[in-house]
Amino acid sequence: MNIPEHVAKAVLAEAGVQVPVGAPATTPEAAARTARRLGPVMVKAQVPMGGRGKAGGIRSSQTPDEAYRVGTELIGSRLGGHRVAELLVEELVPTVSELYAAVLNHPHGPARRVVLSERGGVDIEETARTDPELILTLDIDPRVDLQAETARQFAARAAPDAAVPAVADALVRMYRLHRDSDADLLEVNPLAVTDAGDVVALDCKLVLDDAAAARQPSLAAAAAPEPLTDLERTARDLGLQFVELEGDIGVIANGAGLTMTTMDVIAHLGGRPANFLEIGGDAYTKARPALGLLLAHDGVRSLVVNFCGAFARTDVMIDGLTEAWLELRPDVPAFFTIDGTGASEARKMLRRRLGLEPYATMDEAITAAIRAADGGSA
Amino acid sequence: MIVRGHERVLVQGITGRQATYWTARMQEYGTRIVAGTSPRKAGITHCGVPVHGTPGEAMEVSPFDVAVLFVPPLSVEVAALDAIEAGAPKLVILTEHVPVRDVMNLISAARAAGTEVVGPNTAGLVTPGECFVGFMPAFDPSIFRPGRIGVVSRSGSLGTLACLNIVRTGYGQSAFVGIGGDPVLGTRTRDALEVLEQDRRTEAVVLIGEIGGDMEEDAAGYVQGMSKRVVAFIAGRAAPPDRRMGHAGAIFQGDRGSYESKKLALEGAGAVVLDTPSEIGPALARALR
Repeated sequence: MNIPEHVAKAVLAEAGVQVPVGAPATTPEAAARTARRLGPVMVKAQVPMGGRGKAGGIRSSQTPDEAYRVGTELIGSRLGGHRVAELLVEELVPTVSELYAAVLNHPHGPARRVVLSERGGVDIEETARTDPELILTLDIDPRVDLQAETARQFAARAAPDAAVPAVADALVRMYRLHRDSDADLLEVNPLAVTDAGDVVALDCKLVLDDAAAARQPSLAAAAAPEPLTDLERTARDLGLQFVELEGDIGVIANGAGLTMTTMDVIAHLGGRPANFLEIGGDAYTKARPALGLLLAHDGVRSLVVNFCGAFARTDVMIDGLTEAWLELRPDVPAFFTIDGTGASEARKMLRRRLGLEPYATMDEAITAAIRAADGGSA
Repeated sequence: MIVRGHERVLVQGITGRQATYWTARMQEYGTRIVAGTSPRKAGITHCGVPVHGTPGEAMEVSPFDVAVLFVPPLSVEVAALDAIEAGAPKLVILTEHVPVRDVMNLISAARAAGTEVVGPNTAGLVTPGECFVGFMPAFDPSIFRPGRIGVVSRSGSLGTLACLNIVRTGYGQSAFVGIGGDPVLGTRTRDALEVLEQDRRTEAVVLIGEIGGDMEEDAAGYVQGMSKRVVAFIAGRAAPPDRRMGHAGAIFQGDRGSYESKKLALEGAGAVVLDTPSEIGPALARALR
């Protein structure tokens, strides 16, 4: 989950890393009020996207009038597919140099990885392409704290001499915050060195590990809403993993891998998948709401049901699905394959309740579903 | 990360509903379940085996080689650290949605103690004809039978389908290694390949990957030097970028973790990368000819 910049900065400040003075604003008036208090300001659209500055989402304003005008332009506009509802208005910080600093979970090791670059304020992916040697990494055993001396030596490889102690201190605090807040990613870009010799986080990106939301309730509550479609939101509320796509062949399968594969093979055989929807794992008893969701998807013209039970029992899934089918009586043709745990019972149930014969292989079921969606006879 | 029939298994959280169901399946199949743990129900007998309070107590009276965790996400770290401290040689963690911080901590502790970790978010391990650990349909003869194909898979459901296709073509499996769908794993694709390359029963390998992370790219570096042929399928070719596809680890951004990146790396290393799992059988037939 993405934590909005102003919340992430408050958390960072609490952890002892200096951030600019500022306040969120949802109206141009509020932006102007903050500018009146702070003098020259940066006005920053609060949308979870990279390249926000380039897209015009970050503007400086010398006067309250200018801040008001920028506010009217930004609020309600669209940036990178997101509607701008909120701004962050901050004091303008004069900088002498800008670094990039981040802490992330590195699956090799595994380790908590600290990243530092002398080239801050630009897209790190761009630096990775053009000057990879300017990106420094330090991998720390996740059970160990980042030691002050280690941080100092690391900072000295990228920071201006006078700023090394302050940058090292910021890195140690970021490292602990990343750990204690269950972050996937804590990124400060730029980490600015001011002419007064201070080190200030001008931006902050904090991504919370979804699996840790329950023990990080205040951060999770502040998370930016995901850009979901209405159906995706309904699915999430039902506890189902659903991604809406533009095709016409609906997919119900168990398990993430098999569901992705069903989509892949539909595309490979010339069809267009309408969705990702898995009812494996803990959700394997949710066949009924899953069918309801798919039938509510306007584009769906045929349905592939592909079950290969391991943990998810196919008899339980087919039981739920066929009951829902008899109740909802959809006019969309459905094509089944059933294997794995509970398969013989599940196949019998499908024949008995719906009079349908499952296909021997996934490819055959998908081929039939594509033909049906294209208007041919099943 | 291969479990053989002689190995003794401890089931942590054995009294839970799913653990009870799958412990019975494992026992029927021949897995040597020697004990279980439950912090609150120590002293009872469940599924015919003694239930201890902790893995440490279990190790004293019912020594074990493998601990399998049927434990809720936020309790996994402590349960795993207990098992590591008790001297467990192997841990199999089935639980999904374990926070990454906990996963990193427990893998780090396991490395230091010399404990192997498989998972989290794995469907488990199978040695057909001998035993299985986790929740795989090992007992279904249309899916698993003894043979010479080693299978490594991030996904349980897709791994099951791969095994079905292997048996349909007339082959069987030497070992199924479910490594799990999380971004940070105790056993990565490459680690599993190294074990299957060394395994005398294994003559060819089926590698089931998916989008996200760099495990397949990393494994390609090892495939290059393998003596055994590798047949691969990577799930998620039709998935849109920036969206998590069910598994916490199944998300790609830009080129990183994309289908193309993995396919290119594996093909460059000499593996065959297939368009659909139904080609697994024919591809194995060609590889073993």
